[in-house]
Amino acid sequence: MRAYRLEVNGDKIEIAAPEHWTLLEVLRYKLGLTGTKQGCDKGDCGACTVLVDGEPELACLLLPGAVEGKKILTIEGLAPAHRCRGGEGADPIQESFDEAGALQCGFCQPGVMLSARALLNREPHPSCEQIADSLSGNLCRCTGYKQIYDAVEAAADKEAELKTQGAD
Amino acid sequence: MAARDLHGPDAPWGDFGVVGQRNRKVDGMDKATGCAIYADDIQLPGMLYAKTLRSPHAHALIRSIDTAKAEALPGVYAVLVGDELPIPYGVIPWTQDEHVLAVEKVRFIGDEVAAVAAVDEDTANAALELIEVEYKPLRAFFDAEEALSNPEPAIHTSKKDVGNLSKHVRLEFGEVDAAAQSADILIDEEYSFHSTTHAAIEPHCAVAQCSPDGKLTLWSSTQITHYVHRALSRVLELEPEKIRVIQPYLGGAFGGKSDPFSLEFIVSALARKTGRPVKLLWTREEVFYAHRGRHAMKMKYRTSAQADGRITSVDANILIDGGSYSSFGLVTTYYSGQLLTGPYDFPSYRFDSTRVFTNKPPCGPKRGHGSVQPRFAFESQLDEVATKLGIDPIEIRRKNFQGDFTKTVNAQRITSNGFLACLDSVERGSDWKNKHGQLPLGRGLGVAGSMYISGTNYPVYPNEMPQAGIQLQVDRSGIVTVFTGANDIGQGSNTMIATVVAEELGLDIRNIRVISADTDLCPVDLGAYSSRITFMVGNACIDAARKLRTQIVGAVASEWDVDARRVSMMGGKVFDLEDSQRVIPSRDAFQIAEAQLETLGATGSYNTPTLGGDYRGGTIGASPAYSFTAHVADVSVDTETGRITCNKVWIAHDCGRALNPMLVEGQMEGSAYMGVAEALMEDHHMNRFGLHAGPSLLDYRIPTSCDTPELESIIVESIDPEGPYGAKEAGEGPLHPAIPAIANAVYDAVGIRLRHLPFTPGKVLEALDAKC
Ligand code: FES
Ligand code: FES
Repeated sequence: MRAYRLEVNGDKIEIAAPEHWTLLEVLRYKLGLTGTKQGCDKGDCGACTVLVDGEPELACLLLPGAVEGKKILTIEGLAPAHRCRGGEGADPIQESFDEAGALQCGFCQPGVMLSARALLNREPHPSCEQIADSLSGNLCRCTGYKQIYDAVEAAADKEAELKTQGAD
Repeated sequence: MAARDLHGPDAPWGDFGVVGQRNRKVDGMDKATGCAIYADDIQLPGMLYAKTLRSPHAHALIRSIDTAKAEALPGVYAVLVGDELPIPYGVIPWTQDEHVLAVEKVRFIGDEVAAVAAVDEDTANAALELIEVEYKPLRAFFDAEEALSNPEPAIHTSKKDVGNLSKHVRLEFGEVDAAAQSADILIDEEYSFHSTTHAAIEPHCAVAQCSPDGKLTLWSSTQITHYVHRALSRVLELEPEKIRVIQPYLGGAFGGKSDPFSLEFIVSALARKTGRPVKLLWTREEVFYAHRGRHAMKMKYRTSAQADGRITSVDANILIDGGSYSSFGLVTTYYSGQLLTGPYDFPSYRFDSTRVFTNKPPCGPKRGHGSVQPRFAFESQLDEVATKLGIDPIEIRRKNFQGDFTKTVNAQRITSNGFLACLDSVERGSDWKNKHGQLPLGRGLGVAGSMYISGTNYPVYPNEMPQAGIQLQVDRSGIVTVFTGANDIGQGSNTMIATVVAEELGLDIRNIRVISADTDLCPVDLGAYSSRITFMVGNACIDAARKLRTQIVGAVASEWDVDARRVSMMGGKVFDLEDSQRVIPSRDAFQIAEAQLETLGATGSYNTPTLGGDYRGGTIGASPAYSFTAHVADVSVDTETGRITCNKVWIAHDCGRALNPMLVEGQMEGSAYMGVAEALMEDHHMNRFGLHAGPSLLDYRIPTSCDTPELESIIVESIDPEGPYGAKEAGEGPLHPAIPAIANAVYDAVGIRLRHLPFTPGKVLEALDAKC
């Protein structure tokens, strides 16, 4: 067992886990944050994607010790963070994925949405190629990706609109 | 009483209010926020973790199993071996040849031999290392022809009289040989389809809890709760009323979660033994070995035609590699022939299909069960006929169109059929007339068509009860809750159900709650397979909702003292058609009805009409309606490297009425994506020892966002007279044409016929060499 100090979704947490457990196991089985999914446990599928200091990382390949002192965002933290910023509903990414029908089985989608969130944070008006590139580490077996692209584009538009409104 | 034929395809209140809208899914926000609970998200107090020991031999007798050391390991609560659960199971009642854990012998590398429940996964894995199994290896077969020609050693000893044959079907309709002899053209070729697997992103997982009074609850990532319920009862020798099976949110299936799986029995038996909840989550590698994916097939096709392009006969000879168990194989063997007889008219047809056991992971149903492989062969061959006769490939398909409201050569009833509109749409969309045969060397377009069932007419186990049942509950708050046994596996069946009920009751779809796939709460539905849910459960929903609406409308009419025909329900309101002032919220109408009548509710059901050909096997492939699809694929072929890139697929699909076009498009795109992947990337290959060549999501190459072509969906709505509001299916049909459309596009691009899947660069270069 080893104790870790983590900051997950804005909460500072102290938690003990077996030493060989990955961040994915700690999130899912110690903290109950089961929104982060496991599809392969070896870095192939992207279902376990979380944001570490804003960058997409595979939780199944990270030991928790490596992210102590960093900010971890899981899918459960996305809508509350949006609310903290004064937003309504869920994060525009989540709303757009829902509106575009991109959430088929939904198993890959926490990872996909977080990769998309990181993309829009970095590049508010991504091209089609940029979207495809930044999601290429997240396998989706249901959608054929089209409705995912539509969702990311719609989220970008929605955020641009919110910004103009904010500027008014 | 069965609902069929009781309601036409029209809107219940004049215009559709909910049907046809791109509504969000009823469970979308749960999935978007990470709240949706999938099987592995379930954590119960005191839960143990199970792991299974798997065979390192492809074919061997088990001499002995010694579990003493494993049992003695601290943290181990129970060990289970095959002899403890000797009753065999299998999804098809006539071919039950599987055991929870191997009894006497193992039949493929990965066959399960023993299971352990321990305090954590590490302890369970350590305990597996301590189990000693003595095997006597037997000759193993990895090739279907070899297995068939060597009856000994038989992989299934109970089938000694037939050696390694799993199923043989030969059916002939009309005079095939005579037609072939008098034809103007005859094409005779061999094709092969490799094995592919589902690779749903969620690995299989099951959790069981057994109460001290013997009540068992199983949560499982299954797409067929009802069959799992039945199988558990049989194998565990437990009365069905003591078993509750729940499907939580499911992370993709595509047919790969339709068999009852060993892990479901294992956690149940271990929970019963230990008195503690038990979870078993398969690793990704284990999922590859569990397989049940697409059967590899070697296919000989001979098609004859007249000079004008009309087909006169089709003759097929198919060798099917079944892997080590029967699974759905009996049906697969029939489907390999029975589902080819549309959208074209075959004046005569024969197929001879043989399924063989080999020592590989068992094959089963994958999206487009049994019919994707023959479709590839036939649509490729039809293209050759067109080329040889100098007829445009789309034109030859039009010429052979079977029409609607007709019968196929194998006596299946065809109702609505929008195939011609599908062809028109992809022809227009792809600018076919200006591009096919006219693109520069290395670029080409190809077309293919297909049909698929909207549910199978007969359930897996023969019975007279409805195929789909629905129960509605009305709450004074204005909410209607639908209880359904149907499994939402991500395809959106819960949303389809809410759509239909909301339409019938004139409610906002957000005021419908759907509780599904829980055997304690929900009326039986046969589950998510053979593209049956929209058609069957949709009809059952209409049946139930109409009964309920009669009650509500009647109560409001009597409250208002008007004729019931004047009362209408739309947009969350109930109103008087002749007095625009008289309008109340649906909630108030529910309360009026509840006060007048009793607690409100209704049930509904659907059963299939009697269909099928009057011959042995004539009911297999019978469906109340068929969907039709056409694809055009645009490919580039690099003649230096042999690499094929699929640039775009136009997908036109006749799904009947699109109840939610957004969901239909999602199914069309996901299907086409999967077909493209099978043609160009995926290969569920076993090496010469029977080991999987790459049991990971990296080595088993499924397309990333960057590998997936542009997909354009065009919905074609031929309104079916018996479907719910005219709807049919969309989940499986649109996969079929992708593969032959690519093969045909490659011919257009570089003039080679690829007849053996997958289309690797090596095969392309070889064919290009042979052509020069
Ligand atoms: S679970 Fe981490 S990449 Fe698949
Ligand atoms: S939505 Fe099912 S895997 Fe992506």
